[in-house]
Amino acid sequence: MTRLPPPANKKLGLVIDLDTCVGCHACAVACKEWNDGGAFGPLPDDDPYGAEPHGVWFNRVHSYEVTGPGTRDPAPAAPKLPDPSASGRRASAVQSRESCTAEAPVPGPRSPVPQMVHFPRSCLHCETPDCVTVCPTGASYKRAEDGIVLVDEDKCIGCQLCAWACPYGAREIALPPAKPRASDAGHKDSKRGTMQKCTLCVDRIYNETLDERDRQPACVLACPTRARMFGDLGDPESTVSKVVAERGGYALMPEFGYRPVNRYLPPRPRREGAHAAAAVEAPTEAILDTERLPPLLRWLDKALSR
Amino acid sequence: MRPALPVILFTVLSGAGYGLWCLLGIALAAGIYPLPGAGILVPLGFGFVLVSAGLVASTAHLGRPGRAWRALSQWSTSWLSREGIASLVTYLPMLAVGWLAHSGHAGWSLRAAGACLALGALATVVCTANIYRSLKTVRAWRLPQVLPLYLAFAVLSGGLWLWAWLALASARSVTLAFPLGLLALAVIAAVAKTAYWRSIDCTPPLSAGDATGLRHLGQVRGFEGPASEESYLTHEMAFVLARKHSRRLRKAAVILFADLPVVGIAVVLPYDAAWIAPLLAILCLAGLFMERWLFFAEARHAVAAYFPQRRS
Repeated sequence: MTRLPPPANKKLGLVIDLDTCVGCHACAVACKEWNDGGAFGPLPDDDPYGAEPHGVWFNRVHSYEVTGPGTRDPAPAAPKLPDPSASGRRASAVQSRESCTAEAPVPGPRSPVPQMVHFPRSCLHCETPDCVTVCPTGASYKRAEDGIVLVDEDKCIGCQLCAWACPYGAREIALPPAKPRASDAGHKDSKRGTMQKCTLCVDRIYNETLDERDRQPACVLACPTRARMFGDLGDPESTVSKVVAERGGYALMPEFGYRPVNRYLPPRPRREGAHAAAAVEAPTEAILDTERLPPLLRWLDKALSR
Repeated sequence: MRPALPVILFTVLSGAGYGLWCLLGIALAAGIYPLPGAGILVPLGFGFVLVSAGLVASTAHLGRPGRAWRALSQWSTSWLSREGIASLVTYLPMLAVGWLAHSGHAGWSLRAAGACLALGALATVVCTANIYRSLKTVRAWRLPQVLPLYLAFAVLSGGLWLWAWLALASARSVTLAFPLGLLALAVIAAVAKTAYWRSIDCTPPLSAGDATGLRHLGQVRGFEGPASEESYLTHEMAFVLARKHSRRLRKAAVILFADLPVVGIAVVLPYDAAWIAPLLAILCLAGLFMERWLFFAEARHAVAAYFPQRRS
């Protein structure tokens, strides 16, 4: 049924740390790999080895450049920044060129070096999502017991209204291949023409054939910087809830009223002058004052310098 | 949004069919329809062709058309489901009107069937508009003009066909109020659509800062998308093709669905040139086809904010 279940206490979801994510796409690849072979697979691709590969991913990693005062530590020390006027000119030129699309400039001093923020994007398993209620068939549903939003692929008619209703781009349809290949002939193609989305690895997290520490979403296990955490965000005592409270984890675009369960941890402010300090340190290393070294090292330096 | 041909065909053709049925039903219910028997069956049948062609076209938009029947189950929450039910239920009064007209019945039974036909047709168009209106992700479709415009375009395009039939079949017996009403409706629709276009031009799109929740840190600029190739999302939601031609297309659409019908009606009435009437109905449909293409192509989906801005 596409009626939403009554609010549950258990809200399984992910916490994604934008501070430590390095944008390696390992989560996206691990997700694709598991879900291609897992209970919800296959995730068919069009032209996978050709010029324009095209297919469904449940998880995609974007990269953004953030320029502004908010990316720096509000330290009282005067910033030692190389030629701020040049970068200011460049920034304003960029802005005027993109005046139709760019957002309003943030007042205050501008950081000359933009901070990269890598941003994994997947289903947020919202508490009150329209992707469930707009579904005409009941294929799109939210589980009452743990809040996971799933698609019943045996019911989905592929009208794509749920994907239209999602502002987070969580849903992608597996369309029939544009150019069917001979090798597809005997392939199990039951998933063609139906909507696909993140299952929160529901076939892993409850899977008793797996080792207990492996009962986590594939993306969480794959992350080399542990920027992804899985847990019950409905329980204020859970590890994920505590880290959200501590780091000020936030929900994406709350104005839509879908009440996402997943939380993003904001990037920590960068230390003031970190770049300038690095620039100054590099040459001092080259000009080594040998006279100030202990005698043994001074002799070694002489011997090695010959 | 990507303008999908099946959806455009459905909303334009079925819209015209339901508008035609609606006016025919109202005229029958009010007892002011001038022709009996075949005079009812011809526009009723033509409406059936328009409605059914649109409905069949709409199934081409589905990934699994064979399962379309499942869409009738979730009427409690889904406007698409309600639309499916309304569209099928409306066939019942259509059959009733057809049978009554064929067997020469008149009086209260035909009036009641006509009223049901008009209500069913209206309800279906309301459901269609609400499918789009209910999507919070597309700001343009949340505008207050969307529902009235869907109704106005359905009645206008269907009304032109009904008037064309009446003008060809019995030019003298048609009340003058009908074409004049259509003329007024065309003007109102053009004004409302222009207001809609002005509103969407003034609505700023969501930015990457809004989408990522990082706006408070500074200016957020898309550096790299998630894939080197197009994906379903960029293809379907971040549709930018030919938006730069939208000004010309807007003008052409208004000329076809409003200006030419208004001038045409003004010419047909005094000079009794009934043959122009069906031409106007066809031009109006062509204009609405452009209008509907723009309705999708110009609508920006929230998810586009995640992707690096591309030139339109």
